[in-house]
Amino acid sequence: MDTLLKLLKTDARLSNAELAVMLDKSEAQIKEQIEKYESDGLIKGYTAIIDESVADPNYVTALIELKVTPQSQSGYEKIAHEIANYDEVESVRLMSGGYDILVSVTGTSIREISQFVSERLAAIEAVTSTVTHFQLKSYKSNGVIISEEESDERGMISP
Amino acid sequence: MSFESERLLNSNAVNLKPSGIRKFFDIAQQIDGVISLGVGEPDFKTPWKIRQTAIDSLQNGHTCYTANAGLLTLRKEISKYLENRIGVSYDPDDEILVSVGGSEAIDLAVRAIVSPGDEVLIAEPSFVCYNPIVTMMGGIPIAVETVVEDEFRLTPERLKEKITDKTKALILPFPNNPTGAIMRREDLEKIAKVLKDTNIFVISDEIYSELTYSGKHCSIVEIDGMKERTVLINGFSKSFAMTGWRLGFAAAPREIMKHMLKLHQYSIMSSPTVSQYAAITALDKCLPDIEEMKNEYDMRRRFVVDGFTKLGLTCFTPQGAFYVFPCIKSTGLSSDEFCERLVQTKKVAVVPGNAFGQSGEGFIRVSYAYSIHHLKEALVRIEDFLDELDSQKDSEK
Repeated sequence: MDTLLKLLKTDARLSNAELAVMLDKSEAQIKEQIEKYESDGLIKGYTAIIDESVADPNYVTALIELKVTPQSQSGYEKIAHEIANYDEVESVRLMSGGYDILVSVTGTSIREISQFVSERLAAIEAVTSTVTHFQLKSYKSNGVIISEEESDERGMISP
Repeated sequence: MSFESERLLNSNAVNLKPSGIRKFFDIAQQIDGVISLGVGEPDFKTPWKIRQTAIDSLQNGHTCYTANAGLLTLRKEISKYLENRIGVSYDPDDEILVSVGGSEAIDLAVRAIVSPGDEVLIAEPSFVCYNPIVTMMGGIPIAVETVVEDEFRLTPERLKEKITDKTKALILPFPNNPTGAIMRREDLEKIAKVLKDTNIFVISDEIYSELTYSGKHCSIVEIDGMKERTVLINGFSKSFAMTGWRLGFAAAPREIMKHMLKLHQYSIMSSPTVSQYAAITALDKCLPDIEEMKNEYDMRRRFVVDGFTKLGLTCFTPQGAFYVFPCIKSTGLSSDEFCERLVQTKKVAVVPGNAFGQSGEGFIRVSYAYSIHHLKEALVRIEDFLDELDSQKDSEK
C-alpha cells in the first residue's frame, strides 16, 4: 500500500498540508492524489473508529454465517444486496468455504440481534441455515488496537 | 569519628558533574501531565521476530555465559553486516566484541586508549558520556565545536586548531545526538587528511548509522588509512528498537581489540545471552524492519522541522538520528531558561542544548521518537509558549 494510503488509514484527519510535509510533496499533489483515490473508488470514505462498548456496555456485535441457495440469473448478488440494505447490518461478504455469506450485525442487545436473525435473515427464502456468533470482546479493529490504552513505558532515562 | 566517605572517595568520581539531561528530567518529573519530547529511544517495540527468538532461547535453556567476546554466530553476523553496510571487513574471531550497549563499547575504547594526561578531542555538541569517561581515566576532554553554519559537521580547520602533541584520540559521534548532523564521505576524507600523519586514535560512535535520511551512512573506517586507528562502535538499541536489551558492539583491528577484550572480560564477562540470541535474528531477518521504522522517522522529521520553522525558530534540517536541534536565541532566553519555563507553563519537556556541551547553548534538543499525534500536540503548546513570550516582550516595551 502506498504511504499516503497508510497514513490516511491510521489517521484520516491529517490535513493535506500536514501530509504534504510528511511525504515531501506539494499540497496540490496530495490533493490530486487523494481525489484520484476517491474517484477510482480506492478510498470509499472517511470514518471514525468508535468503540461502541465504551458508550454502551450492552452493545453487541455478531457475525452470522449464512448458507444460501444461489438464485438463477443473479446467483448470490440479489440476496447479498437485500441483506446489505438493513441498517443493523455492518458488513456483508461472500465467502469461500463452509458457508456462503458472512454478515456482521450490531445492536443494543443480544435479544435485538436474535430477533433480527430469526425474523429477517432466516426468513429470506434462499437462506437455508444460519449460525450466529456473538462477539465477546474486540482487540483490534480497522488495523487499530482498541481494547487497551497504549501507554508510553519509556521513562525519562538518560545518562 | 565519622566516616567521611566524600573525602575518601575517588576525587574524579566525586567531582563528576551530574548529566545535564538527568538534571532537567528530574525537574520535569516533578510536574504532573508533562508531555515529553525528551527521550532518546525509539517509540517502536522491538520487532516481533526478535522477541520470539529471545523467548525461544529461554525455552531452549540458553542461560549460560557466552564466549567473552560474544556468541561467534553473532560476531559472524556483525562482520557480515559491516561488510554489507560499509564494505569493510572485520574478522569475527578477534576483531569484533559484543558489548553491553554501545555505551560499554565507548567505555572500553576510552579505557584501552587513554592514559592520564592524554587529551581527547570530542566533537560537540554530543552525547553526554564521553567527557566523564575520559575524565575518569585521568584524560583531558577537549571540546571541538561544531556549529550550525557548518551544518554541525566537524571541520578539518576546527579539528586542527585543537590538536597538540598530547592529543591521543578523537571521538567522532555521527550521525549526531543531539544535532542530527551527519558526516558525508567528503567531510570524512578531510578529517582523515588531518589525522593521517598523527598518532591520534579515532573512536567512531555510529550508533545512529541506520537512521541516515538522505543517502547512505559513511564510516570513517571506509577512508584509506583510518581503519587501523579506529574503534567503530554501533549497536542494536536505536536501529532495531532494542534499548532495553543492552546490546552493542565494537569493531577494531585485533591489536586494539585484544586489550579492549581484557577489560570487558574483567568487568562484564560476557554480554546478556538472551539478547545475543535475539540480535542474531535482528541482523539475519529484520533489516527490512529497520527500513520501515526509518521511513516513519523520516516523515516525523519533516513534520517537526516544518513545525518549528513555522513557529519562527530556525531549525537545521537534521540528516540523521531522531532529534531536531532548533535555535532559540531569538527568544532572548538561555537554553536552561527556555526549557524550564516551557515545562513549567506548558508542560512540554525538551532538553536544553547546553546539556550536550557549551556549544549547544542557545539550542534545544527535541526528540521525534513520538507519534505524529503527540508531536502535533507538543507543537501547539510550544506555539502558545512562544506567543506568550512575545506578548510579554511587547508589554515590557
